[in-house]
Formats: sequence, structure tokens, C-alpha cells
Amino acid sequence: MSASGKPVVRVRGLVRNFTLKGVLNGVDLDIGQGEFVALLGRSGSGKSTLLRAIADLDTEAKGSGEIEAPSKLAVVFQDARLLPWKRVLENVTLGLAGPDVRARGLRALEEVELGTRDRSWPYELSGGEQQRVALARALVREPALLLADEPFGALDALTRIRMHGLLKRLSQAHHPAVLLVTHDVDEAIELADRVVVLDDGRIAANLNVRLPLAGPEREEAFAGLRRELLGLLGVEAELAGLR
Amino acid sequence: MNAISGSVLEIAEEVPGDAPFSRQALPAVQPPRRRRRLGLGEPFALGPLLGPGLLLLYWCVFSYTGLLDPRILPAPWTTLTTAHGLIADGRLPTNLAVSAVRAAEGLVFGVIAGLAVALISGLSRLGGYVFDSLVQMKRSIPTLALIPLVILWLGIGEPMKVTVIALSVFIPIYLQTHTALRGTELKYLELAETLNLSRWRFLRDIVLPGALPGFMLGLRFAVMGAWLALVVVEQLNATSGIGYMIDLARTYAQTDVIVVGLVVYALLGLSSDAAVRLLEARLIGWRRTLSQ
Repeated sequence: MSASGKPVVRVRGLVRNFTLKGVLNGVDLDIGQGEFVALLGRSGSGKSTLLRAIADLDTEAKGSGEIEAPSKLAVVFQDARLLPWKRVLENVTLGLAGPDVRARGLRALEEVELGTRDRSWPYELSGGEQQRVALARALVREPALLLADEPFGALDALTRIRMHGLLKRLSQAHHPAVLLVTHDVDEAIELADRVVVLDDGRIAANLNVRLPLAGPEREEAFAGLRRELLGLLGVEAELAGLR
Repeated sequence: MNAISGSVLEIAEEVPGDAPFSRQALPAVQPPRRRRRLGLGEPFALGPLLGPGLLLLYWCVFSYTGLLDPRILPAPWTTLTTAHGLIADGRLPTNLAVSAVRAAEGLVFGVIAGLAVALISGLSRLGGYVFDSLVQMKRSIPTLALIPLVILWLGIGEPMKVTVIALSVFIPIYLQTHTALRGTELKYLELAETLNLSRWRFLRDIVLPGALPGFMLGLRFAVMGAWLALVVVEQLNATSGIGYMIDLARTYAQTDVIVVGLVVYALLGLSSDAAVRLLEARLIGWRRTLSQ
């Protein structure tokens, strides 16, 4: 699916510096309605800085540039960031108001396949389950934009694969614009409509992901894209050296 | 897509009957759970009474063998007889009631004041500037050193006694609550901002519950502080209360009455601390710590 109409997120000439975590040297980025964009980069490339700027979380950073982002945005952090003193359902519905909050929270939990764990405490859940609760907490707000900062980075490989499937289904069902920050090339190709590579605070590449639906053609296209992205990230030389 | 990822996720769920080692296949009686190697071992019933029990045992042995001169410390059974007499003639219950009311009043006023100032000082920048240094200054003056001034202001009646107790309760409540409120993690602040929480909901759902363990710790110190302050004020121009009873016994060299009073103080302290800990366990069930 491709961007259509007015973009949901519009970033122009964004410069950020003097922060602890990274630097941005003039970034332009548009994200269309319902578009799934993966932001790929080495550590220190500024990808988290860009996400935090869009989420308006970078109060201590200095810089310039324009950011337009919807107010209805939700953030999923690398840690699930659940409140340990609230049960799972109360974590999902945190800050919501209205008569049907409970029902909406339960529905969101069912969507992440945790419908029976609403009364559990966060410490009773596994890491993957906690991250699913965080996903439910984000989606129950029906955000126009979902920002995810390496949400699966702390999970084991098997759980991560299952989370990919879940996130893909949920984003297709709810259709928010998504900005997924990751350093995992396979994750980016698997999930995104478009992969943006950030290097040294600048956008180094902007690739649309158009893979055949299945079969060897898909595998071939996947591998080709993977090679290209690894090259852009500067690790292809190392891979060749290993061979 | 739906069906595929759905089935991938379902693999993790329990499928009774299907898997050869599902839950149902386990024997009905499971072997006892392995102990944590670095844990504290299993808790056992009435465990906290072990230390006092041992002390009582020593006391009995030393008194019985005559190693302990009854003029220095009367035997446990003498103390028990005396206690019985004090209860029978109504002196102990009356004085105990007076003491308990004093301690409770001081505790209530001290907790209310400490909590209120901690909230103002912990939750607002300006409040912190106004109150925190003042409380730190007050903290460096021992409450007992304030007694002469409090007597001049309030006389030697009940208001003076309750005020002194409240003053010594105030400090631990303030310190622990203030520290816990200011210790709210920045990551939860970020979360609250991205969830568009109002300031009130942020306080109610994040800051206050997060600070509850700190407040409860302060409450434990405060309850002990209340009993300690009580002892002091009751031996100071009092005409009733456990402290008065002890002071009077000193005049007549009644060691046994003094010991009864001390034991009563100890039991009061121990049981009120246990009550606070029970309250703590009920309120903070979400926490997993070494003590579990």
C-alpha cells in the first residue's frame, strides 16, 4: 500500500544536536496515512532521536526544523513500560475515559491474544506478553500514528517472529501510520511498506518494499533487498570477509 | 495472513491432551519446590516471635538459677504476678488507655501534617523550595530539644504531649514520602505524556501509587517514633500513662512495676509495627521482593 493524500507526518529540515543519544543533520520525512515505514540505522545514527522528536519527547534537545504530527499518536517503547502497581487491564486503559473503557480494553487485550490475563499483574507476564500489553495500550487509543522504538529489541528470536506477525495483522486491521525504529534488516523488510535508512543523522536511502506474495520469487526479492540494505548500513564488507 | 500468524501464536498456548506432557499428565502430588539457593529460606509460622522467645528463656534461666539479683531485675514470674495485680486493680488498663490515646493522637496529627507537607513539597517545584530546606533544618534539631519551648508555648498538659509526639512522627513521614515522590522515574513521565494524561491522572495513577512503598516505610518509622516520644513526654510532669506509672515505681523502687511498663512498651511497639507491615503487604501486593 502506498501513501495517499496529505501525509500524516511531515518533517522538514530537522536538526538536533547536543543530545546524549544522537544527532540529526537536516532530515526530511513524510509518512502517508496508513503507511508502515521502518527506520533503519546503525546505533548512533539518530533513529531514536528522530522518533523522540516526532513524539515530542525531546524536551532537552537543541535544534531546528519543522515537525507536523497528529496529536492522536501512540508510542511503544523498547521496554514495555507497564505500571507495576496496575493490573494488565488498567495498564491498557490508563488515562482513557468513558463508559465503555473496560470493554474497549478487553477487546484490545483479546486482539493481542491476552484476553484472559486482564486481572494479572505485569510481573506475572513474560517479556513478550508484556510487550503485547504495551501494544494493546497503544492500539486501544486508535492512534493515527504509531511510533515504535525498537519494540522487539529485548525479546528472544522466536518471540520476535510471532510479534512480527501480530504487529502486521494489527496494523492492517487498524491502519494507523506506523514508524518502526529498528536495527533489524529482516524485521524492516518483513513489516514495512517503505524502509528509510538513516546514517550519521541524514537520510541515506528511501526504498519501497514491493515483494511478490509468495514463492521463490519472494525469497529472491527479499534477499536482494536485504543485501542492498546491509550494504547501505556498511556491513556487507564484513559479511564478505566472513565468507 | 490471519490464519498463518494466528496458528503461530497458538502453538505457545496449552493444548491439553494433544501434547504428551501437558499439565494433566503431571502426577497429582508434585515434589516440593526447590528452595532458592540465594533466597532467605522458607518462612515459618510465628517465626518473628523466635527472638523474643529466646530472650524470655534466658531471663527465666538466669532468674531461676539466682544469677540475676531480683533487685536488679525481678524474675519473669514475679513480673507476671505484678502485671496481674496491676490489671486487677485497674492501674495498668487505665494508664495504657491514656497512653494509647496520646500516641494515636500524635500519630494521626503527625502523619497528616507530614503527608500534606511532603505532597506540597514533593509535587511542586515552588513547594519544594519553600518547605524542603525548612524541614531539613527542623530535622537537625532533635525533637526532645524542642520540649522546653513547646512547654513554654503549650504548658504541660495534653496539647504539649501530643505536639511532641506529632513532631517526631512528622519527620520520617515527610522524608520517606518526599523522597519517594521525587523518585518517580522519568520513563513513567514520558509514558504519561505520550498517553496524554492530565496532571491529576498522572499524580493519581503513577506518582502516588509509585510513592506508596516509601510512605509505608515512613509510617513504620513514624509508629516507632510515636512510642519513643510517648515515653519521654510521659516521664515529664505526667499524672497518668504508662510512663507515669514507671516513674512513680522508680520513686518507690518497684523494679517489677518498671519491668511491666517496659514490657508493655515493647509489646505495643512490636504489635503496632506488625500491624503496619500487614497493611503494607495488603496495599503493595504488586511488588516482588526478597521477603516473599
